[in-house]
Amino acid sequence: MTRLPRWADLVLVPLISLLLAGIISALVILAIGQSPSEALKTMVIGAVGSPYAWGYTLYYATSFIFTGLAVTVAFHASLFNIGGEGQAQLGGLGVALVCLSLPWPHWTLALPAAMVGAAVFGAAWAAIPAYLQARRGSHIVITTIMFNYIGAALIIYMLVNVLRPPGQMDPATARFPEGTKLPTLHEIPGLGLIFNKQVPANVTFFVALIACWLIWLLLWRTRLGYEIRAFGKSEKAAIYAGIRPVRITMIAMLISGALAGLMSINNVMGESERLLQNSAEGAGFIGIAVALMGRNHPVGVFLAAILFGFLFQGGAELGLWTSIPIELRTVVQGLVILFTGALDHMVRMLLGFFFRPRPLGVA
Amino acid sequence: MDYATLLQILDSTMRLATPLLLACLAGLFSERSGIFDIGLEGKMLMAAMCTGAVAAMTGQVWLGVLAGIFGSMLFAGVHGFASITFRGNQLISGVALNFVASGITVLIAQSLFRQGGRTPPLSGDARFNPIALPFADSLSNVPLIGPFYSEVLSGHTALVYIGLLCVPLTWWVLYRSRFGLRLRAVGENPASVDTAGISVVRLRYTAVMITGILCGLAGAYMAAGLQAGFGKEMTAGRGYIALAALIFAKWRPWYALMATLLFGFFQALALRPDVIAKTLHFSIPVPALDALPYILTVIVLAGFVGRAIPPRAGGEPYVKER
Repeated sequence: MTRLPRWADLVLVPLISLLLAGIISALVILAIGQSPSEALKTMVIGAVGSPYAWGYTLYYATSFIFTGLAVTVAFHASLFNIGGEGQAQLGGLGVALVCLSLPWPHWTLALPAAMVGAAVFGAAWAAIPAYLQARRGSHIVITTIMFNYIGAALIIYMLVNVLRPPGQMDPATARFPEGTKLPTLHEIPGLGLIFNKQVPANVTFFVALIACWLIWLLLWRTRLGYEIRAFGKSEKAAIYAGIRPVRITMIAMLISGALAGLMSINNVMGESERLLQNSAEGAGFIGIAVALMGRNHPVGVFLAAILFGFLFQGGAELGLWTSIPIELRTVVQGLVILFTGALDHMVRMLLGFFFRPRPLGVA
Repeated sequence: MDYATLLQILDSTMRLATPLLLACLAGLFSERSGIFDIGLEGKMLMAAMCTGAVAAMTGQVWLGVLAGIFGSMLFAGVHGFASITFRGNQLISGVALNFVASGITVLIAQSLFRQGGRTPPLSGDARFNPIALPFADSLSNVPLIGPFYSEVLSGHTALVYIGLLCVPLTWWVLYRSRFGLRLRAVGENPASVDTAGISVVRLRYTAVMITGILCGLAGAYMAAGLQAGFGKEMTAGRGYIALAALIFAKWRPWYALMATLLFGFFQALALRPDVIAKTLHFSIPVPALDALPYILTVIVLAGFVGRAIPPRAGGEPYVKER
């Protein structure tokens, strides 16, 4: 296989993978008797056609930035964290407990406290699989999948038997107090002129941007980040260099779980303002696609999260305005994971054909 | 718990364990050949949709089963293509295929039937009908064994018995046939198989295709045996429980039967919380019962009940030496 130039590897490979996923999706739409161009038009208008649409796209993107970063940090340590979904749901539990415990006077106080709650609960849910991987050699992929299901069962139990207010039928917590309400983009001075309607995107978006920057700093500008990446590249070499595998596995997974948990600031505290069943709505899994698409770099994760926010909001609009089911977005997402993650060698081989140095003498 | 209640629960254990067993054996073939497969769930879902759709259109359940196997093998083929031919990450490929299956089944069912992503309810010949084992009626009066035979063992649909037969068959293939010897070898040390002049690629593709067939049967049973028709996300994590059972069984066929029966028993119990409350004199919350297979798997993975060591070459694409 020909080695590709760096720019081709970073830009061309994801773009071609995306294009292939798009072509197959278009074929799927054709196969169910709909028009791909109409579908694309509906998606574009519904997801980026107005400030209102952008408000939804950015709201979803905020969640995906957190889960994408979560998968990224674990990936750099060669750990495949599929447990983002469970960690995000447990993070939501942490947010709910913090928000409901005190009569918060103002969101500026509630937000940091809730962030701690979300991060601690998310990290705790990642800690057990991390420990089992580090100490007992249990495969982290399988344990994190199992923990998604255990987490879902735990949340159902908590909502039905413990946190549900008396007299309420649906399994959900009480509404959070007024003082925990995060300002939406509509309410932020200056942005209120652009986002003139109520949108779900809220200040968490800026927290997500800061998280991107902090994770970049952590991975490429600190000693710990170096250790995580070195461990991920070669465990043997890392041990030889005095990096302790148990410590790095634990730290990387704790950070990963905390990031996944922080996602719940956006959806639980920012949007629904109470904890519902299945609050993460698959964002934990989308984080895998976002990290793969974004090449495990915070800037890439940011761009990929916006793209997936677009897909998610556009897919919802498709479900509303056309007879194409909303599940199309799950298919597209799966195809993107397939092409960017599992078939990336195929794309590189295809590209390698064009980048192969021409033999001398043949003009 | 009285004997009649126990028999009822064991009867639903058999029904609920069958899709787990078929999927577990499917995973066994793939993982023994060195290809991790967390896409069992997606293949089952795809098979359930194909079975439901074709059985509804033709009224013939076995045509539905064939369609289910075809749908499942299609996904198995993509998994093989990504992880064998193009040496992609097997875990990522499995995750991706689960997503595609979860969405595309609804898309196809919706465009075919316009019933909110479901297939029409199956009845008559479009569904599996119970088979009474010989002497089930005449033996039912024999104390203890009689009711067990006629209630628990007899009266299931064909795929339940096919699933049970697959266990000794898998054991025989794995441990007594030449193909099985090579299959186990390719999962442990593909280079040695390659040196012996046997194609690693072909062996692995064969294993992945067998996985497709068995997952197809599992999904077909979901749509035409356990329930009457396909519904969105109807496999409900069974692919992952089957994966859990596979680890529990330490990649061995007879243990796979035990593990899936155990997990089926938990699922049957979760459907009858009243029975547990009566027997144990306190109630276990239903979510705890639902989570039990996953918790047990984590405990097994942690090595507290003897170590579960996966096939050594599992998850690693094989690169021929140059």
